[in-house]
Amino acid sequence: MSILVNKDTRVICQGFTGKQGSFHSEQAIAYGTRMVGGVTPGKGGQTNLGLPVFNTVRDAVRQTGASATMIYVPAAFAADSILEAADAGIEVIVCITEGIPVLDMLNVKAALRANGAMLIGPNCPGIITSGECKIGIMPGVIHQKGKIGIVSRSGTLTYEAVHQTTQLGLGQSTCVGIGGDPIKGLDFIDCLEMFEDDPQTEAVILVGEIGGSREEEAAEYIRSSMRKPVAAYIAGRTAPKGKRMGHAGAIIAGSAGTADAKIRALEVAGVVVAQSPAGLGEAVQQALAAR
Amino acid sequence: MNLHEYQAKQILRSGNITTPRGIAAASADAAVEAAGELGGDAWVVKAQIHAGGRGKVGGVKVVKRLDDVRAMAESLLGKPLLTNQNAPDGQPVNLVLVEETLPIARELYLSLLVDRETERVAIVASAAGGMDIEDVAHATPEKVLTETCDPLLGVQDFQCRALAFALELKGEAYKDFCHLLPQLYRVFIANDLSLLEINPLVVTADNRVLPLDCKMSVDDNALYRRKALSELRDDSQIDAKEAAANAVNVNYVALSGNIGCMVNGAGLAMATMDLIQLEGGTPANFLDVGGGATPETVAQGFKIILLDPNVRAVLINIFGGIVRCDVIAAGIIQAVKEVGVKVPVVVRLEGTNAELGRKLLAESGLAIIAAASLTDAAKQAVVAAQ
Repeated sequence: MSILVNKDTRVICQGFTGKQGSFHSEQAIAYGTRMVGGVTPGKGGQTNLGLPVFNTVRDAVRQTGASATMIYVPAAFAADSILEAADAGIEVIVCITEGIPVLDMLNVKAALRANGAMLIGPNCPGIITSGECKIGIMPGVIHQKGKIGIVSRSGTLTYEAVHQTTQLGLGQSTCVGIGGDPIKGLDFIDCLEMFEDDPQTEAVILVGEIGGSREEEAAEYIRSSMRKPVAAYIAGRTAPKGKRMGHAGAIIAGSAGTADAKIRALEVAGVVVAQSPAGLGEAVQQALAAR
Repeated sequence: MNLHEYQAKQILRSGNITTPRGIAAASADAAVEAAGELGGDAWVVKAQIHAGGRGKVGGVKVVKRLDDVRAMAESLLGKPLLTNQNAPDGQPVNLVLVEETLPIARELYLSLLVDRETERVAIVASAAGGMDIEDVAHATPEKVLTETCDPLLGVQDFQCRALAFALELKGEAYKDFCHLLPQLYRVFIANDLSLLEINPLVVTADNRVLPLDCKMSVDDNALYRRKALSELRDDSQIDAKEAAANAVNVNYVALSGNIGCMVNGAGLAMATMDLIQLEGGTPANFLDVGGGATPETVAQGFKIILLDPNVRAVLINIFGGIVRCDVIAAGIIQAVKEVGVKVPVVVRLEGTNAELGRKLLAESGLAIIAAASLTDAAKQAVVAAQ
């Protein structure tokens, strides 16, 4: 088992014939992902990487039975691509694109609430179920099938967590990069709930950063509703107030969103919090041992 | 991207919102001329910088003689103004806004912003205007009123009425406020703002409501479709190194330490800063070269970091995912040669082809310290900077 995607998930790519879409589709296929086609408006009927190209997501779903999509279209068109996928009945929408205007995302989220599709991202590395299905830009080689679920706001910090759990022989069930934008799809709690219910997952690593209060909410969920052990790292302890640290969502406004407040909340909830990203593997080992 | 007050008020006026009449001036002569054109017997002269807290440090003053308009403009223009919001360097005043004065009965607070919790545009209002809203929210949260707007519907009349009643507005002021709020909402949406703050929103002696000050920030992600707004960018208001980084699409934030950092990914970049501090050092900057770092972005990152004279050592931390570490190593070697780096450079490479990358660095003959791990990298950089 795993969460959200597995070896049977039929995946399409929006922005399939573009440079990014084509490159990462090729990587996904090489990893073993069940890619079934892609969408580029105006190029329907062609083939790319030996797979059919469709004009619309609706066509692609009808002809391939796809239930997941990865979106690599430019920021100006990405919100529309998410809505198109949701309208076509895609269940898991992974939007890698960075730089979508925030007002577009408010509209997208309002529409998705009515539709029920699950969005991962935007501005994220994607999702991977180790050894089965890679939808995103993460390097497949560092992953190893195993028992740790990972949910993270940061791309390269996710790779650190993956790398360490692989080195320690723990491996991963599924890793979800939820992205660094303030308005996004799945959040920590959504993923924690799924990991809690997933038999393959024995412990969870949560990687957060400054800004917002989702880590605090996740801590409360862990305290009240989770039985599986959780380890965490929060980036940005030394970030100055009022300065946006790369990610649109990573900014300390007033007294809210500081790393210290998040770390405190997680520790109160019994989470093993690593002082450094280098300590994530050890932290999850410790969390597993303490159970 | 932040806008100046005078620019924000122009945008309000183009949204049919009444503001105090005012003219921006770049010289003392122009300021006097502006005052003459506005007429009346008193004016307010306001320094135009991208920071609040101007009033407390003499950046905003009411004057009653044209000579005083001149004196005020002369004292402000061409110099940095230091407020509690832009310490320690302050920001240069290149323009002053000369405005008519109004008889003020009350000062309110009003802002529109994107609220990440409700995933809606939130309207925040308070009767305690003219003050720092964060202080008000902290000390007396009951004085801060919030309404959030359904993105499909926008602000509704009942929400305007609820806020107007709560702010105890009556008569013309009540009508003005209920008329103003939907206009502000339209301005917010039409200009892709991430913040529109009016502090204070004043009720005049004749019971009219209008914005006395206005702060606007535009969503950087939306600038591609707001070409006219992107022309209003004022790089004099941000750190020169940050401006240089903006120009080449590198995420850079200047800090006060002496270890320059170059990292791929914002989260890992923050984590690297944290690690340096944990090991007893201080980071000179935040710099994210992007999840997919290339030799070119690495070279550009180097140039920006070295613009900071405080940098005593550079720490490069790259987790090569899609990008191979040997490619990054080649980029680092090329950049060190090209830029002529004089300070120690500590490099930590992990991920795809990391071994090969480390080998290239070791054989380069350059003074590059290859770190064995993340923690080791931070330690070495802290030692190198001493």
